[in-house]
Amino acid sequence: MSGAGPREAVFPTRQSLGLMKSKLKGAEIGHSLLKRKSEALTKRFRDITRRIDEAKQKMGRVMQIAAFSLAEVSYAVGGDIGYQIQESAKQARFRVRSKHENVSGVFLPQFESYTKEGVNDFGLTGLGKGGQQIQRCRETYARAVETLVELASLQTAFLVLDEVIKVVNRRVNAIEHVIIPRTENTIKYINSELDELDREEFYRLKKVSNKKQRDTAAADAEILAARQRQAEKDKENGGAAEEPDSVDVLGEQEDTDVIF
Amino acid sequence: MAASAATYKDRQFLAVIGDEDSVTGLLLAGIGHVTDPPDSQRNFLVVDSKTETSEIERAFENFTQERKDIAVVLINQHIAERIRHSVDTFADPFPAVLEIPSKDHPYDPEKDSVLKRVRRLFGE
Repeated sequence: MSGAGPREAVFPTRQSLGLMKSKLKGAEIGHSLLKRKSEALTKRFRDITRRIDEAKQKMGRVMQIAAFSLAEVSYAVGGDIGYQIQESAKQARFRVRSKHENVSGVFLPQFESYTKEGVNDFGLTGLGKGGQQIQRCRETYARAVETLVELASLQTAFLVLDEVIKVVNRRVNAIEHVIIPRTENTIKYINSELDELDREEFYRLKKVSNKKQRDTAAADAEILAARQRQAEKDKENGGAAEEPDSVDVLGEQEDTDVIF
Repeated sequence: MAASAATYKDRQFLAVIGDEDSVTGLLLAGIGHVTDPPDSQRNFLVVDSKTETSEIERAFENFTQERKDIAVVLINQHIAERIRHSVDTFADPFPAVLEIPSKDHPYDPEKDSVLKRVRRLFGE
């Protein structure tokens, strides 16, 4: 019974039995809490994956529109402005800031886009012609980048959650399949050991009482024999042989103790 | 995960690896940034047919591992395809690597490393 399965190395005492019982209780509570956490995270995770799928489709459309507006620009400007723009980029106007959101104890990062005021690297771009198209193109792209940032934060949350869910599930399984069975085995072992000790104790007590009974029986027999001898001696002496009868009626002579 | 909280606080830029049109458009939106001299590093890389794969690889590594101020790396899907191994093995949450479509190459969700994982999780 106690040899089945692994158990912890403890001495089979009542104290460690109590310890193991409280440990088992703790493990069960922890297991149910972690299980619930994992469920909450999984729910969130499914939500995020669905939104990622949607956002990716949306991104495809938005980028297409943005690319089209860029084509408009190159048509209006009548040349390639790429080089000029790459050279004039100095300070980022469009930046992101990260916040985090707490989902059952897990911090999910979220990006939030903001524009830094007063920075404009492209003040002179499109000064000759096509300025309006360039302006429109910038707006389109700014919207596209916002979508991208949104998608990026979803994706980051996805990666973080994926990792966390794996860790939590690992813990849940470890408690369910390793810690709880091991603690239960230990409790079984301690119980069987304690029962064994009880049986030993009982047997020992039984032996002791048997021995005592035997001793008293022997002592009784001896006393009886001594009395008989005494009575025979008295009879031989004759005379006052009737005397003990009257004494017995009064009950003054002590009975031999009965030992249970 | 809490340990990463400090590292993503100061990430505020986006980086781009893309063809000329994508980079131009995104720069117009105002994401371009050049760090202060002497090591004036750009946060964008223009890739054309003559660009070596090793150069893309190096830029990707630079944006994802060396620079600590980049929050999102945007990369054209057809370029990500060229360094697919690096993109797939990069699994850290920061910076977020996002594959974007380009003008000449329509978006294919089947190739996206993140979407592949999404699909796999749903068992499709």
